[in-house]
Amino acid sequence: MTYEVVIGLETHAELATITKLFCGCSTKFGVEPNTQVCPVCLAMPGVLPVMNKKAFEYALKAAIALNCKIDEFTNFDRKSYYYPDLPKNYQISQNYHNMGIDGYMDISVNGTISRIRIHNVHLEEEAGKLIHPEEVGADYSLVDFNRAGVPLLEIVSYPDMRRVDEVESYMQTLRKILLYTEVSDCKMQEGSLRFEASISLRKKGVDRLGNRVEIKNLNSMKSVLKAIEYETMRQRDVLDRGETVDRETRLWDEVNEKSARMRSKEESQDYRYFPEPDLLPVLIDEKWLRAIKDTIPELPLIRRQRFIETFALSDYDASLLIDEKILADFFEECVKILNRPKSFCNWITNDLLREVKDRKLDIYHLKIKPKQLAALVEIIEKGTISSTIAKEVFSEMIQTGKDPKTVVEEKKLVQISDEGLIEEIIIKIISSNPDAIEDYKKGKKNALTFLVGQVMKETKGKANPKIVNEMLMKKVGV
Amino acid sequence: MSLRLFECTAHQIKAKILSKEIRASDFIKIVFDRIKSLEPNIQAFITINEDEAIKKAIEIDKKIESNENVGLLAGLPVAVKDNICTKNLYTTCASKILETFIPPYDAFVVKRLREEDAIIVGKTNLDEFAMGSSTENSGLKITRNPWNLECVPGGSSGGSAAAVAADLSILALGSETGGSVRQPAALCGVVGIKPTYGRVSRYGLVAFGSSLDQVGTVSKDVRDAALLLRVIAGYDLHDSTSANVPVPDYLDRIDSGVDGLRIGIPKEYFTDAFNADVYKALKDALKIYERLGAQVVDISLPHTEYAVAVYYIVANAEASSNLARYDGVRYGYRTSKPNGIIDMYCRTRSEGFGNEVKRRIMLGNYVLSSGYYDAYYLKASKVRNLIKIDFDVAFEKVDCIICPTSPVPAFKIGERANNPLEMYLSDIYTIPANLAGIPGISIPCGFSKEGLPIGMQILGKHFEEKKLLQIAYAFERETDFHVKKPVLKISSM
Repeated sequence: MTYEVVIGLETHAELATITKLFCGCSTKFGVEPNTQVCPVCLAMPGVLPVMNKKAFEYALKAAIALNCKIDEFTNFDRKSYYYPDLPKNYQISQNYHNMGIDGYMDISVNGTISRIRIHNVHLEEEAGKLIHPEEVGADYSLVDFNRAGVPLLEIVSYPDMRRVDEVESYMQTLRKILLYTEVSDCKMQEGSLRFEASISLRKKGVDRLGNRVEIKNLNSMKSVLKAIEYETMRQRDVLDRGETVDRETRLWDEVNEKSARMRSKEESQDYRYFPEPDLLPVLIDEKWLRAIKDTIPELPLIRRQRFIETFALSDYDASLLIDEKILADFFEECVKILNRPKSFCNWITNDLLREVKDRKLDIYHLKIKPKQLAALVEIIEKGTISSTIAKEVFSEMIQTGKDPKTVVEEKKLVQISDEGLIEEIIIKIISSNPDAIEDYKKGKKNALTFLVGQVMKETKGKANPKIVNEMLMKKVGV
Repeated sequence: MSLRLFECTAHQIKAKILSKEIRASDFIKIVFDRIKSLEPNIQAFITINEDEAIKKAIEIDKKIESNENVGLLAGLPVAVKDNICTKNLYTTCASKILETFIPPYDAFVVKRLREEDAIIVGKTNLDEFAMGSSTENSGLKITRNPWNLECVPGGSSGGSAAAVAADLSILALGSETGGSVRQPAALCGVVGIKPTYGRVSRYGLVAFGSSLDQVGTVSKDVRDAALLLRVIAGYDLHDSTSANVPVPDYLDRIDSGVDGLRIGIPKEYFTDAFNADVYKALKDALKIYERLGAQVVDISLPHTEYAVAVYYIVANAEASSNLARYDGVRYGYRTSKPNGIIDMYCRTRSEGFGNEVKRRIMLGNYVLSSGYYDAYYLKASKVRNLIKIDFDVAFEKVDCIICPTSPVPAFKIGERANNPLEMYLSDIYTIPANLAGIPGISIPCGFSKEGLPIGMQILGKHFEEKKLLQIAYAFERETDFHVKKPVLKISSM
């Protein structure tokens, strides 16, 4: 039997504010447990929440970037459930009036663009974190409330995806949009970007959706994809046996690459939503909306297209560049200074990324500046250094942040173009390699390449290869 | 007969302290002596703050001796209802679940008291989490009405009202969700204000029904109420629902009188359902107002009959969520040796909360449940708006509304304890003001045949506390109900 897989994603992204959603505590990651807490985020008796304007604006910005309809009236609701990491035992979230609804995001799979609809985007608060002791038989768990109250954006897609490559593109594109709009740092390893998938299968050609299964505990994009593949197989087996898939929530086990039932639909929680009486509704007027809209930069997919069209880059190169906003910005800065897009693209996507990877550099805090890369390309073109030497210069630049000219001077890397000097060296090489000359005269063309290599070696790579080539050919009599 | 010092009003004591006739530290000792002698009978306090109070009084004396500026409440003892957070001082909400809770912060109103050099004498008893109308629902003790120790002081701010009525404190703070300041003030023969929703910050007031809760004042007379309200009112960044509306000097022109004012009498409130003595006291009061030049006008508040039902849906819904945090995880009571987290929750809450609180949590969870939300909570919210509109319409015609605070004077302890529904009806006249968010003041207006105080409430438009105080003061000036004192036998603690 052939089935169609229907996939929707819920995404949680921690917003990049420096303080929490309803109090002034820091949102810094990875500090000593329970050091970033106050009566408000610990839900002491009598405390009240006060909305973080920045967080609200970030959420609004994301909703706009995801093409959502923005209602003038937004409000917050209490979502009730008991869990030790949730201090109030309700989460302030949005249910009756979301930040944005009915949006969409275009994704690209192998060059084909498809549109995934966004059901809603809403703002809520993060919970704390349970720490389970490692000792065997421990009868307690600890709670770290540092994360409790960090602003969290939830993005709920429609079940518009059919294949894992679409899911992958959706996750990547969404991540890029959140990074481009600078509303979240999207660090999956720190849990600031998380996904939950819901999957159902239906017979090809059938309209009605099958029973949906939600998968939680997906810690990386890779596990999202693996869990979807696993779940697809599992549901296919169930359906092939003539049984029905239970509506349930399952937990992904990353180690064993399996999922297991967490709760059935019958056990699903009644969140008893009602409007949060401690916060006032927020009214979004035209002026505010426009001001937020103006802060949204060109989004990745559009930028990629522009790079292809304006700079004649390949789809592949453009995709690589826009992958990180900071790199695309770097690239554009360079091109502004010197109109050599192809050259800058190569430097960035090859040398820069390799150095970043090898030396584990942080691309957000690179020492090399666009101005300096442009200067490097300029001195290559002028013939001051060869492109081989340029690699060495670049490596030094990215480590030290020095100007290319400084590096060239300090390391005495200026290209030798003095024909008299080169001739002396050539004569010396010819006299000490008579065999090579013989070979060449016999018609072995590689012999010349060997001799060029010898000259370059003698000059530590600084001789202008073009001049060396020409003069050698003259000398050996071609 | 001259007044004994503890019988004085805040204004009288303040004058004596500022004129150095008496030192704050000497006066506070007199107050604690009074507390020690009467508290065994009244049981108004959960915590007595003697050491800190004396220290604070000495500080104030030093300021006065060195002619430094002092606050508006310099040296005045204030009792604080025990659901208002006080830093480093127990705040129990009269609940076993918070019996050991010491807040790490001061409520906004407490901060204001301290800034104005008030002296916090102690924390007063209440119905557990302010849920009740008699203070019998306290999980810790039963407070008695100073006018008759067999009667309830009303509630939920019963401890605050009894403390002021018995001269155990000069001033007190209470809190209202559905009449919890005005009703005990009426039953104890003192003055109680429920300010406009948003007039006073709720930050640090332990939440019961968030959209209804307000901190209120309890005092011996109207001028003291004006003084205390001025101190606690005002905008607070920590409470998004507090209003950024300037706070007037409520004492300024408090003697403006009522000549030409129109007083509305809601026909829905004046049925024969209430006590004959209360009825007579009200009628007499209205005659005084007419004599002072006010015009009494019949009005209608057509949705009154739904107020109690709406209130118990909205307040309980909010309470069920507000009380979810008492789970034994972070503070307060935790059951011993729980078998897993669910068992810890269940037993902690079963053992920590009293029956009335549990009843309301269950009702609140029920009305918010999926499938019932629209029929109960949403419908109630809509009717609540109609009730508010009733008042808006009425205030187009009248300056204020006058009605009884409570349908009956203080009832006997235990009399209504087993009939929650009858108890709920104690608040029938006070609840509408909370639903509409409007201010109200209850002042003494007579005594029953049994000698129990009767209260009258004056309701006004949003943020018109000043006018209410003027209207109340006009009556108080003409009468002496507020100066009558209960006869209390001294016993030793």
